Amino acid sequence: MIYREAGDFKTSYRDDGQTFPIRLDRWGYYALLGVAFLVVPFVIDSYWANAVLVPFLIYAIAAIGLNILTGYAGQVSLGTGGFMAVGAYSVYKLMTAFPGVPIFVHILLAGAITAVVGMLFGLPSLRIKGFYLAVATLAAQFFLVWLFNKVPWFYNYSASGQINAPERTVFGWAVTGPATSAPAKYLTCLVFAVVLAWIARNLTRGMVGRKWMAIRDMDIAAEIIGVNPLTAKLSAFAVSSFFVGIAGALLFSVYLGAAEASEAFGINKSFLVLFMIIIGGLGSIFGSFAGAAFLVLLPVLLKNLLVVRLGWPTDLAAHLELMIVGGLIIFFLIVEPHGLARLWRLTKEKLRLWPFPH
Amino acid sequence: MEFLYASEVLVNGLMAGVMYSLVALGFVLIYKASGVFNYAQGVMALFAAMTLVGIMEGRVPFAHLINAAFGVHVDRFGWTVPAIFGIALTALIMVGLAIAVEKLVLKHLVGQEPIILFMATIGLAWFLEGLGDVMWGADVKVLDVGLPQGISDSIETATNNWLGYGFFIDRLDIWATVIAAALVAALVGFSQYTKQGRAMRAVADDHQAALSVGISLRFIWIMVWSIAGFVALVAGIMWGTKSGVQFSLSLIALKALPVLMLGGFTSIPGAIVGGLIIGMGEKLFEYFIGPMVGGATENWFAYVLALLFLVFRPQGLFGERIIERV
Repeated sequence: MIYREAGDFKTSYRDDGQTFPIRLDRWGYYALLGVAFLVVPFVIDSYWANAVLVPFLIYAIAAIGLNILTGYAGQVSLGTGGFMAVGAYSVYKLMTAFPGVPIFVHILLAGAITAVVGMLFGLPSLRIKGFYLAVATLAAQFFLVWLFNKVPWFYNYSASGQINAPERTVFGWAVTGPATSAPAKYLTCLVFAVVLAWIARNLTRGMVGRKWMAIRDMDIAAEIIGVNPLTAKLSAFAVSSFFVGIAGALLFSVYLGAAEASEAFGINKSFLVLFMIIIGGLGSIFGSFAGAAFLVLLPVLLKNLLVVRLGWPTDLAAHLELMIVGGLIIFFLIVEPHGLARLWRLTKEKLRLWPFPH
Repeated sequence: MEFLYASEVLVNGLMAGVMYSLVALGFVLIYKASGVFNYAQGVMALFAAMTLVGIMEGRVPFAHLINAAFGVHVDRFGWTVPAIFGIALTALIMVGLAIAVEKLVLKHLVGQEPIILFMATIGLAWFLEGLGDVMWGADVKVLDVGLPQGISDSIETATNNWLGYGFFIDRLDIWATVIAAALVAALVGFSQYTKQGRAMRAVADDHQAALSVGISLRFIWIMVWSIAGFVALVAGIMWGTKSGVQFSLSLIALKALPVLMLGGFTSIPGAIVGGLIIGMGEKLFEYFIGPMVGGATENWFAYVLALLFLVFRPQGLFGERIIERV
């Protein structure tokens, strides 16, 4: 039948914990992956890649990272921009210091370096909580950006203070540098996004994820039932920063190609990613993708509507966008604190029973 | 000589600290009365300053939007408003804003977790920032309400005669200190000696108990947000006069956050002392350590200081002790 199971016949935890218990969902997911990998790269042009798909995938990775920390482990962070900068500058230093090593290894290493930095700034979370911690993570944001602006070693003493991605190839295709084609950019980000989302999904439904959620729901109670807050919180910071670092590395090396710390990784980037997970849904992998898609598409739509159609000035469109995003955040927090992911889940529940609701 | 120069840096730091305290005051008021950590306080200061400039210069609100939507060219009404009326009108607008926030946002979020409320105020901050820009334009505005500015000559000559070294102190900073002191005195007087002030303290102590003796929570919240709006207006006038009304104002105002963490979220004296410590600390750090590491340490010093401090004393200097129960 369409979109339903034939009763609840689950006999093992494995069946019960499936990501896609409904066959139609599973097929839809495979079909989506098939289209993303086999069809889109052949039809994508540089407008779609640069304006929509590549930023969507990169921000989705960052949003998954922040969602692990905020949505699953309950530690609000406003330092995402700073951690993305760590990923970007690490990948830049690695790329220029070891040109022979494949770029994928560099990006993963950049994630690992960010994870270490993230754990360092996560240490105070053992003492302070809630918005005290949120403000404390602002220290990471401002300090890291300042560091990358002020210490010339990080940008290889370049005169402009910018970092520029040199060209690196994978199987003969350029994936970084100015000569990169749209499909190559897209596929690189897609591979990372799919693999990381798969890892995140499996981490969060396993033991580690349950520990995080126990800490989120009530840390003292979690401690009493035997969850070690030190390892749980620091592992959340490490995994989250790993994801965010990879997103930063991709943003700089594949998408932007050149970056300057305070402009590309300022405080607004931190808020943007936070808004993505609020709108998408706290504590949901799907929500991270939905939120990223929403906030990447919104400016594109507004620009097309206001600037291209109506001929309004771009700065006015940008200010209206601020108002709309701010208003939407409040709206979502009031009406649906679990975001788009919850709406999607409700739709699915309804669909399962339709047309016989009882 | 070295010592005298360092003490001049110190005095200027203290003055800058007063400015941080002004913003921090608004945070404390709202936090005490409603438990909301109002991230938008800084943007409220920016919005108030923008509105004040807009009214005083007789700008047409939403001129940008009207021009774009209807293809006309309106910009100014052609009159200017004296500062005193401008301030009164802006204060009224801030009260309107407080009522709107209560009716449209807070009312619907009663009983949510504090962190959700915090994120809602981040959304409010973005909304207000966009609204300010759409209403009055995003250009850097000059705000002049008639406060004296520039280096104070009398202090320079006095210290020169007395110590042999002239202190450079901005007259605006001196005025800011005086106004901040007056504001704190007025607030303390209000909360100690008036009926509404007592009601406000009762709400801060215990929502349930306050409700049961017939205090209207919603009225108190509107009042507190209005007062916070007025404090934001004062802070906006000070900062705006000092460095022009522009977006970076809301970033400077962000520094009120580490000030609060240092002083404790629930204490008005804490906001003042925290502001002084941060202002003094960052100027001295910049003076002694800054040249060694390339300068501009003011960007992060306050946050890192607060972070390190919190590790040892999570409730801040004067905050109420945090007690957690399962």
